[in-house]
Amino acid sequence: MDLSALTVESTRTAVAERVLNPVALAEEFYKKIEADDPQIGAYLTLCKDRAMKKAAAVQAAADKGDALPPLAGVPVAIKDVMTIAGVQATAGSKILKGWIAPYTATVVQRLEDAGAVVLGKTNCDEFAMGSSNENSGYFPVHNPRDLSRVPGGSSGGSAAAVAANLCVAALGSDTGGSIRQPAAFCGVVGLLPTYGRVSRYGLIAFASSLDHIGPITKTVKDAAILLRYIAGRDKCDSTSADVPVTDYEAEIGKPAKGLRLGVPKEYFGEGLDTEVSTAVETAIQKLAQAGCEIVPISLPHTEYAVPTYYIIATAEASANLARFDGVRYGHRSSSAHTLSEMYRRSRDEGFGAEVKRRIMLGTYALSAGYYDAYYRKAQQVRTLLTRDFENAFQQVDAIVTPTTPTPAFKLGEKVDDPVSMYLADIYTVTADLVGVPGISVPCGISKEGLPIGLQILGGHFDEATVLRIAHVYEHETGTGR
Amino acid sequence: MKVTEKDVQYVADLANLELTPEEQSRILKDLNSILEHIDRLNQLNTKNVPPMAQTSDKFGIDASKQGSDRFSYVMREDETRPSLPREVLMENAPDSDGAFFKVPKVIER
Repeated sequence: MDLSALTVESTRTAVAERVLNPVALAEEFYKKIEADDPQIGAYLTLCKDRAMKKAAAVQAAADKGDALPPLAGVPVAIKDVMTIAGVQATAGSKILKGWIAPYTATVVQRLEDAGAVVLGKTNCDEFAMGSSNENSGYFPVHNPRDLSRVPGGSSGGSAAAVAANLCVAALGSDTGGSIRQPAAFCGVVGLLPTYGRVSRYGLIAFASSLDHIGPITKTVKDAAILLRYIAGRDKCDSTSADVPVTDYEAEIGKPAKGLRLGVPKEYFGEGLDTEVSTAVETAIQKLAQAGCEIVPISLPHTEYAVPTYYIIATAEASANLARFDGVRYGHRSSSAHTLSEMYRRSRDEGFGAEVKRRIMLGTYALSAGYYDAYYRKAQQVRTLLTRDFENAFQQVDAIVTPTTPTPAFKLGEKVDDPVSMYLADIYTVTADLVGVPGISVPCGISKEGLPIGLQILGGHFDEATVLRIAHVYEHETGTGR
Repeated sequence: MKVTEKDVQYVADLANLELTPEEQSRILKDLNSILEHIDRLNQLNTKNVPPMAQTSDKFGIDASKQGSDRFSYVMREDETRPSLPREVLMENAPDSDGAFFKVPKVIER
């Protein structure tokens, strides 16, 4: 069976037409995972018994002649920051090694209710903090396109699993770029929905005002299909918006003629690799040929996005990670004699270096005497960044940029230089700060054979326009299926 | 603003992290280089700019209402309802008697 030819769309159709057996399909994926994943490291946990049970249930329904749910039999992978009842969830951290989640994340429940088969939990940077998947508490993930390179992060495992055909599609999470950047590095599609579009219930929190869950897929249409099932108000997440879910699949195939695309000059300056710049400019020309109007715009506060992000995200993380104290769950230090020692040593032993660095930075930014200078200031700059986008969307329907300044870098290249690692997020962080949706689609290959990503950003709750334009681009370049 | 060793110690205490000496000096160096980059935010005049905590408080709300009434859709009646079962939650406890989480003595006599 050629697993590389499968998409969410083709798989569900084949299962529904009874030409593909979901049990046989799941077994094929597990065979491929066993053969290929030792070199890649995409998965942390395989839930084979559970998956085969689910696949068998789909098969039984198919045999009975029942109408099948819309994603019946589709094998998916879930980033290990999302919970599934009865299955280990580690958030990529040693502090949660062996933690069995007591409840299932809403997004996973929705996919499973739609018939999807969850193959396993994917590797990620610890607590979603990282841009290379080298911060996993377990082992790094290798980019399937070049095993000596990073897949990107923090959803490196999910992106690598999709790129290496170790699942048909995956869910990732994005706080500063963690869906889009690994999608770009691995040559797949990654969608960041609007903040509040998708429930965060069951997502182990990193930064609550910045965390988003979204699909990582082989095609734009697959992303639209998955979004349709995971999106929508959830009473278990107060921040999930009471905004109706658009039929995203129906947007696919609509022309982009007449849509105005903004090209922000600040995203094409210093630090951008020439091959990336050329690939993105070629992509923009293709969209112009498809009938889009290209409009030069300015997003003047772009250079302040990374520092703003690293204050807000780390401050929120310092609060969210305070719960890991060895009391109720997770690692508890065996050398502690007092309560205070238990807290301090459990946390120091269980957390990796990047997590500790960010907790320290966030705690510092919130501490007495520094709160106004750092945290409050960053929140004000967040308003300025939002105004940049609001102004832009008066003139254009969507914004196109590179997803990352360079293609995938080598494993080990940036681990000793945190600022350099943080600057890799420069084109992705603003969307998380402002809450707008965005997608990364593959738009070329570098001379060294590394994928390059094109990013399309839209207005709040305008995933429809983002998906529409991305699909037109895929179609123009024949890169869709 | 330059971070000192004393600051690192103070912040580590606030964050309940018992850092090793190597970690302390590493973090001191990293914090200073990160904060140096973050300092550029001071180039911006943010007088009269309201701080933003959240991106989604304008969408799906009842715009005809004021204040927190706009978010009435997230509220429910204050009725007790079952939460997660205790036995399930205690399964992950590092140390428990089945009903309570056990921790080292809090009060030293």
